[in-house]
Amino acid sequence: MAPVTSSGTATVTLPTDEQILITREFDAPKQLVYKAWTTPELVKRWWSGHQGEVTVAEIDLRVGGMWRYVMVADGGFEVAFHGEYREIVPNERIVSTQVYEVPEAPEGEGALNIVTFTELDGRTTLSLLVQTGSKEVRDALMSSGMEVGMQEQMDVLEQLAISLR
Amino acid sequence: MARAATTADAFNAVAEPRRRQILDVLAGGERPVNDLVGLLGLAQPQVSKHLRVLREVGAVDVRDEGRQRLYRLNGHALKPIHDWVKRYERSWTERFDRLDVVLEDLKQKEKGDGASDE
Repeated sequence: MAPVTSSGTATVTLPTDEQILITREFDAPKQLVYKAWTTPELVKRWWSGHQGEVTVAEIDLRVGGMWRYVMVADGGFEVAFHGEYREIVPNERIVSTQVYEVPEAPEGEGALNIVTFTELDGRTTLSLLVQTGSKEVRDALMSSGMEVGMQEQMDVLEQLAISLR
Repeated sequence: MARAATTADAFNAVAEPRRRQILDVLAGGERPVNDLVGLLGLAQPQVSKHLRVLREVGAVDVRDEGRQRLYRLNGHALKPIHDWVKRYERSWTERFDRLDVVLEDLKQKEKGDGASDE
């Protein structure tokens, strides 16, 4: 059977100035989505999207345990996040803190990630609510992916420039 | 941290929930101020103040028709915000597309191994 390569796009909304809500439906039961979300070697396979490679995926899945993900974008640009698990209901819900590791964002100015897995007829809706402490932190988080995107664009531009020499 | 002036750009102008409500209403079509006052349950001077901020960043346009001032949405000015959200959405869509592949592998594995997945 051909693998399902896409079930649609992620939906991103901004419920309040301090929040980001990301939702997506998956064609799999919730225990598998939960497993893919919480197993380091599986996280390494998807977390970077198409932007690079996950070099670090540390998950200490217990209340008070830490997590840390590092991605190296194709241009060598590094993006890292870490946090602490606050609440874990297996296959249902994970609450964790999240800090985007950039020099201009001091420790403590992080966000709270609330992930819920809801299954209906064998399909799972994943909802990730990112609760930040301020609009500035929210905006910085939303821009975190963009830096990588821009880096990619710069790389393409550079290659194009070289080919035109 | 000092906040940027509300009129600095469209991002700041739409940071205020009431102004987003006004934009939602105007997304349905052109409206006179009185309609907005009625729909939002705000006093007219407050609505006018919000409309002034939205006009300054170009998020709404105004025209006079007879004795009425009609306001309408200017989607062009809001495009940077739309693009910003879309870009973030795309990076998550890419992640989830890869997660789909991981899930398909897990499903196949479960099928092959029965109940065990190790």
